[in-house]
Amino acid sequence: MHPVVPYVLAALLFGIGLYGVLLRRNLLLVLMSIELLLNAVNLILVTADVSTVGVPRSGSVFALFVIVLAAAEVGVGLALILQLYRLRQTVAVDRVDTGEADADRVDAGGSGTAAATGDPAGSGR
Amino acid sequence: MTLTDWLVAALGAVVVGAALAVVTTAHVVRAGLWLVVALGGLAGVFLVLTAELVAWVQMLVYVGAVVVLLLFAVMLTRAPIGASPDLDRSRWPALLVGAGSAAALVVLLVDAYRWSEVEIDDAAAGTAEQVGAEIFRQWVLPFEVLSVLLLAALIGAIVVSSRAGADVGERR
Repeated sequence: MHPVVPYVLAALLFGIGLYGVLLRRNLLLVLMSIELLLNAVNLILVTADVSTVGVPRSGSVFALFVIVLAAAEVGVGLALILQLYRLRQTVAVDRVDTGEADADRVDAGGSGTAAATGDPAGSGR
Repeated sequence: MTLTDWLVAALGAVVVGAALAVVTTAHVVRAGLWLVVALGGLAGVFLVLTAELVAWVQMLVYVGAVVVLLLFAVMLTRAPIGASPDLDRSRWPALLVGAGSAAALVVLLVDAYRWSEVEIDDAAAGTAEQVGAEIFRQWVLPFEVLSVLLLAALIGAIVVSSRAGADVGERR
Protein backbone atom coordinates (compact mmCIF):
# COMPACT_ATOMS: atom_id res chain seq x y z
CA MET A 1 0.00 0.00 0.00
CA HIS A 2 1.19 3.50 -0.79
CA PRO A 3 0.34 5.68 2.25
CA VAL A 4 0.46 8.82 0.15
CA VAL A 5 -2.95 8.03 -1.38
CA PRO A 6 -5.00 8.30 1.87
CA TYR A 7 -2.80 11.17 3.03
CA VAL A 8 -3.62 13.21 -0.07
CA LEU A 9 -7.29 12.30 0.34
CA ALA A 10 -7.18 13.62 3.92
CA ALA A 11 -5.51 16.86 2.78
CA LEU A 12 -8.21 17.43 0.14
CA LEU A 13 -10.95 16.70 2.68
CA PHE A 14 -9.41 19.17 5.11
CA GLY A 15 -9.30 21.87 2.43
CA ILE A 16 -12.94 21.27 1.51
CA GLY A 17 -13.98 21.45 5.16
CA LEU A 18 -12.08 24.69 5.70
CA TYR A 19 -13.71 26.12 2.58
CA GLY A 20 -17.13 25.19 3.96
CA VAL A 21 -16.45 26.68 7.39
CA LEU A 22 -15.47 30.01 5.86
CA LEU A 23 -18.09 29.99 3.11
CA ARG A 24 -21.30 28.98 4.83
CA ARG A 25 -23.61 31.41 6.56
CA ASN A 26 -25.96 28.90 8.17
CA LEU A 27 -24.55 27.69 11.50
CA LEU A 28 -25.74 24.12 10.90
CA LEU A 29 -23.79 23.96 7.65
CA VAL A 30 -20.75 25.34 9.47
CA LEU A 31 -21.07 22.45 11.94
CA MET A 32 -21.28 19.94 9.07
CA SER A 33 -18.08 21.40 7.59
CA ILE A 34 -16.38 21.05 10.98
CA GLU A 35 -17.32 17.36 10.89
CA LEU A 36 -15.48 17.11 7.57
CA LEU A 37 -12.40 18.71 9.16
CA LEU A 38 -12.45 16.25 12.06
CA ASN A 39 -12.84 13.32 9.67
CA ALA A 40 -9.82 14.44 7.69
CA VAL A 41 -7.82 14.35 10.93
CA ASN A 42 -9.21 10.89 11.69
CA LEU A 43 -8.10 9.63 8.30
CA ILE A 44 -4.57 10.94 8.94
CA LEU A 45 -4.49 9.19 12.32
CA VAL A 46 -5.67 5.85 10.92
CA THR A 47 -3.27 6.01 7.97
CA ALA A 48 -0.35 6.84 10.25
CA ASP A 49 -1.42 3.93 12.43
CA VAL A 50 -1.05 1.36 9.64
CA SER A 51 1.91 2.94 7.83
CA THR A 52 4.40 3.72 10.59
CA VAL A 53 6.03 1.66 13.26
CA GLY A 54 5.52 2.59 16.89
CA VAL A 55 3.05 1.68 19.57
CA PRO A 56 0.61 -0.43 17.52
CA ARG A 57 -3.01 0.72 17.16
CA SER A 58 -2.39 4.08 18.87
CA GLY A 59 -3.71 5.86 15.79
CA SER A 60 -6.96 3.91 15.89
CA VAL A 61 -7.33 4.67 19.59
CA PHE A 62 -6.86 8.38 18.97
CA ALA A 63 -9.30 8.29 16.07
CA LEU A 64 -11.87 6.83 18.45
CA PHE A 65 -11.11 9.60 20.94
CA VAL A 66 -11.62 12.22 18.23
CA ILE A 67 -14.97 10.64 17.32
CA VAL A 68 -16.06 10.90 20.97
CA LEU A 69 -14.95 14.54 21.11
CA ALA A 70 -16.87 15.25 17.89
CA ALA A 71 -20.02 13.73 19.38
CA ALA A 72 -19.72 15.91 22.49
CA GLU A 73 -19.01 18.97 20.35
CA VAL A 74 -22.07 18.37 18.18
CA GLY A 75 -24.31 17.91 21.22
CA VAL A 76 -23.27 21.14 22.90
CA GLY A 77 -23.07 23.02 19.59
CA LEU A 78 -26.58 22.08 18.56
CA ALA A 79 -27.95 23.03 21.98
CA LEU A 80 -26.32 26.46 21.62
CA ILE A 81 -27.60 26.86 18.05
CA LEU A 82 -31.17 25.97 19.03
CA GLN A 83 -31.01 28.40 21.95
CA LEU A 84 -29.72 31.12 19.62
CA TYR A 85 -32.56 30.40 17.21
CA ARG A 86 -35.08 30.59 20.05
CA LEU A 87 -33.77 33.99 21.15
CA ARG A 88 -32.92 35.62 17.82
CA GLN A 89 -34.94 33.69 15.18
CA THR A 90 -31.88 33.19 12.98
CA VAL A 91 -28.96 30.80 12.55
CA ALA A 92 -27.02 32.99 10.11
CA VAL A 93 -23.63 33.78 11.56
CA ASP A 94 -23.48 37.33 10.18
CA ARG A 95 -27.09 38.29 10.86
CA VAL A 96 -27.33 37.79 14.60
CA ASP A 97 -28.82 40.94 16.04
CA THR A 98 -26.17 42.50 18.26
CA GLY A 99 -24.57 45.92 18.51
CA GLU A 100 -26.34 49.21 18.85
CA ALA A 101 -29.89 47.95 18.70
CA ASP A 102 -28.96 45.46 21.37
CA ALA A 103 -27.50 48.19 23.62
CA ASP A 104 -30.73 50.21 23.27
CA ARG A 105 -32.69 47.15 24.21
CA VAL A 106 -30.66 46.60 27.36
CA ASP A 107 -31.17 50.26 28.32
CA ALA A 108 -34.89 50.01 27.73
CA GLY A 109 -35.00 46.73 29.60
CA GLY A 110 -33.76 48.56 32.66
CA SER A 111 -37.17 50.18 33.01
CA GLY A 112 -38.73 46.75 33.07
CA THR A 113 -41.12 47.31 30.15
CA ALA A 114 -39.31 46.39 26.97
CA ALA A 115 -38.01 42.99 27.91
CA ALA A 116 -40.16 41.35 25.25
CA THR A 117 -38.70 43.31 22.34
CA GLY A 118 -35.75 40.99 22.10
CA ASP A 119 -37.99 38.05 21.37
CA PRO A 120 -40.94 39.16 19.26
CA ALA A 121 -41.95 35.79 17.84
CA GLY A 122 -40.23 33.37 20.17
CA SER A 123 -42.49 34.15 23.14
CA GLY A 124 -45.36 32.48 21.37
CA ARG A 125 -43.59 29.17 20.93
CA MET B 1 -0.66 0.39 -7.45
CA THR B 2 -2.08 -2.41 -5.41
CA LEU B 3 -5.70 -3.33 -4.82
CA THR B 4 -5.70 -1.39 -1.55
CA ASP B 5 -4.57 1.75 -3.37
CA TRP B 6 -7.28 1.41 -6.00
CA LEU B 7 -9.96 0.85 -3.37
CA VAL B 8 -8.81 3.85 -1.31
CA ALA B 9 -8.66 6.02 -4.42
CA ALA B 10 -12.13 4.99 -5.59
CA LEU B 11 -13.73 5.48 -2.20
CA GLY B 12 -11.76 8.71 -1.85
CA ALA B 13 -13.25 10.05 -5.08
CA VAL B 14 -16.72 9.35 -3.66
CA VAL B 15 -15.80 11.03 -0.36
CA VAL B 16 -14.36 14.14 -2.01
CA GLY B 17 -17.35 14.45 -4.34
CA ALA B 18 -19.83 14.13 -1.49
CA ALA B 19 -17.84 16.58 0.66
CA LEU B 20 -17.87 19.11 -2.20
CA ALA B 21 -21.63 18.65 -2.45
CA VAL B 22 -21.94 19.28 1.31
CA VAL B 23 -20.20 22.63 1.06
CA THR B 24 -21.79 23.77 -2.21
CA THR B 25 -25.41 22.58 -2.25
CA ALA B 26 -28.15 25.16 -1.76
CA HIS B 27 -30.43 22.77 0.14
CA VAL B 28 -29.75 22.46 3.88
CA VAL B 29 -31.33 19.00 4.12
CA ARG B 30 -29.41 17.72 1.10
CA ALA B 31 -26.16 18.89 2.71
CA GLY B 32 -26.95 16.61 5.67
CA LEU B 33 -27.68 13.69 3.36
CA TRP B 34 -24.49 14.24 1.36
CA LEU B 35 -22.67 14.25 4.69
CA VAL B 36 -23.97 10.70 5.21
CA VAL B 37 -22.39 9.67 1.89
CA ALA B 38 -19.08 11.33 2.75
CA LEU B 39 -18.83 9.83 6.24
CA GLY B 40 -19.97 6.39 5.02
CA GLY B 41 -17.34 6.44 2.27
CA LEU B 42 -14.74 7.37 4.84
CA ALA B 43 -15.83 4.40 6.95
CA GLY B 44 -15.16 2.27 3.88
CA VAL B 45 -11.67 3.77 3.61
CA PHE B 46 -11.07 2.86 7.26
CA LEU B 47 -12.17 -0.70 6.54
CA VAL B 48 -9.77 -0.96 3.61
CA LEU B 49 -7.00 0.37 5.86
CA THR B 50 -7.81 -2.51 8.29
CA ALA B 51 -9.05 -0.16 11.03
CA GLU B 52 -12.14 -2.26 11.53
CA LEU B 53 -13.38 -0.94 14.87
CA VAL B 54 -12.94 2.70 13.84
CA ALA B 55 -15.01 2.04 10.73
CA TRP B 56 -17.92 0.56 12.67
CA VAL B 57 -17.78 3.25 15.34
CA GLN B 58 -17.75 5.82 12.55
CA MET B 59 -20.92 4.32 11.10
CA LEU B 60 -22.61 4.07 14.52
CA VAL B 61 -21.65 7.43 16.00
CA TYR B 62 -21.34 9.69 12.96
CA VAL B 63 -23.86 8.34 10.48
CA GLY B 64 -26.19 6.99 13.13
CA ALA B 65 -26.15 9.74 15.75
CA VAL B 66 -24.41 12.93 14.66
CA VAL B 67 -26.10 13.26 11.27
CA VAL B 68 -29.51 12.45 12.76
CA LEU B 69 -28.94 15.15 15.39
CA LEU B 70 -27.97 17.62 12.66
CA LEU B 71 -31.09 16.77 10.65
CA PHE B 72 -33.24 17.22 13.76
CA ALA B 73 -31.66 20.63 14.27
CA VAL B 74 -32.36 21.49 10.63
CA MET B 75 -36.02 20.74 11.25
CA LEU B 76 -36.14 22.58 14.59
CA THR B 77 -34.65 25.75 13.11
CA ARG B 78 -37.31 25.62 10.39
CA ALA B 79 -34.93 25.55 7.47
CA PRO B 80 -36.74 25.99 4.15
CA ILE B 81 -37.45 22.80 2.21
CA GLY B 82 -36.40 24.14 -1.18
CA ALA B 83 -33.21 25.83 -2.28
CA SER B 84 -32.07 28.80 -0.22
CA PRO B 85 -30.21 31.46 -2.18
CA ASP B 86 -28.51 33.10 0.82
CA LEU B 87 -26.62 30.21 2.41
CA ASP B 88 -23.20 31.40 1.29
CA ARG B 89 -21.07 34.38 2.12
CA SER B 90 -18.46 35.81 -0.25
CA ARG B 91 -16.78 32.96 -2.06
CA TRP B 92 -13.27 34.08 -2.93
CA PRO B 93 -11.66 34.46 0.53
CA ALA B 94 -12.99 31.03 1.53
CA LEU B 95 -11.81 29.49 -1.74
CA LEU B 96 -8.39 31.07 -1.31
CA VAL B 97 -7.90 29.79 2.24
CA GLY B 98 -9.40 26.35 1.56
CA ALA B 99 -7.50 25.68 -1.66
CA GLY B 100 -4.33 27.15 -0.21
CA SER B 101 -4.36 24.96 2.87
CA ALA B 102 -5.25 21.87 0.83
CA ALA B 103 -2.42 22.56 -1.61
CA ALA B 104 0.06 23.17 1.22
CA LEU B 105 -0.92 19.94 2.96
CA VAL B 106 -0.76 17.94 -0.28
CA VAL B 107 2.71 19.28 -1.07
CA LEU B 108 3.90 18.61 2.48
CA LEU B 109 2.58 15.03 2.62
CA VAL B 110 3.64 14.09 -0.91
CA ASP B 111 7.09 15.46 -0.21
CA ALA B 112 7.28 13.52 3.05
CA TYR B 113 6.10 10.14 1.74
CA ARG B 114 6.88 10.19 -2.01
CA TRP B 115 5.86 6.84 -3.48
CA SER B 116 7.01 4.75 -0.55
CA GLU B 117 5.26 1.49 0.09
CA VAL B 118 4.33 -0.28 3.31
CA GLU B 119 2.99 -3.75 3.86
CA ILE B 120 -0.26 -4.11 5.75
CA ASP B 121 -0.07 -7.41 7.58
CA ASP B 122 -3.29 -8.96 8.74
CA ALA B 123 -1.95 -9.41 12.26
CA ALA B 124 -2.01 -5.64 12.74
CA ALA B 125 -5.71 -5.32 11.91
CA GLY B 126 -7.51 -2.99 14.28
CA THR B 127 -10.19 -5.34 15.52
CA ALA B 128 -12.20 -4.59 18.63
CA GLU B 129 -10.12 -7.02 20.67
CA GLN B 130 -6.80 -5.44 19.74
CA VAL B 131 -7.92 -1.83 20.00
CA GLY B 132 -9.63 -2.56 23.30
CA ALA B 133 -6.48 -4.13 24.70
CA GLU B 134 -4.51 -1.09 23.54
CA ILE B 135 -6.97 1.36 25.15
CA PHE B 136 -6.99 -0.41 28.50
CA ARG B 137 -3.23 -0.96 28.59
CA GLN B 138 -1.83 2.32 27.28
CA TRP B 139 -4.61 4.90 27.23
CA VAL B 140 -6.73 4.28 30.31
CA LEU B 141 -6.40 7.78 31.76
CA PRO B 142 -7.46 9.64 28.56
CA PHE B 143 -10.32 7.18 28.24
CA GLU B 144 -11.59 8.01 31.73
CA VAL B 145 -11.11 11.76 31.19
CA LEU B 146 -13.16 11.45 27.99
CA SER B 147 -15.98 9.79 29.89
CA VAL B 148 -16.05 12.73 32.31
CA LEU B 149 -16.00 15.13 29.35
CA LEU B 150 -18.92 13.34 27.70
CA LEU B 151 -20.90 13.56 30.93
CA ALA B 152 -20.10 17.27 31.23
CA ALA B 153 -21.11 17.88 27.60
CA LEU B 154 -24.37 16.01 28.15
CA ILE B 155 -25.27 18.00 31.26
CA GLY B 156 -24.19 21.21 29.54
CA ALA B 157 -26.40 20.51 26.53
CA ILE B 158 -29.37 19.80 28.81
CA VAL B 159 -28.81 22.97 30.84
CA VAL B 160 -28.36 25.17 27.77
CA SER B 161 -31.41 23.84 25.94
CA SER B 162 -33.76 23.56 28.92
CA ARG B 163 -36.73 25.86 29.25
CA ALA B 164 -35.36 27.30 32.50
CA GLY B 165 -32.38 28.65 30.61
CA ALA B 166 -34.71 30.27 28.09
CA ASP B 167 -36.65 31.95 30.90
CA VAL B 168 -33.48 33.43 32.31
CA GLY B 169 -32.70 34.79 28.85
CA GLU B 170 -36.13 36.39 28.54
CA ARG B 171 -36.19 37.83 32.05
CA ARG B 172 -32.91 39.64 31.44
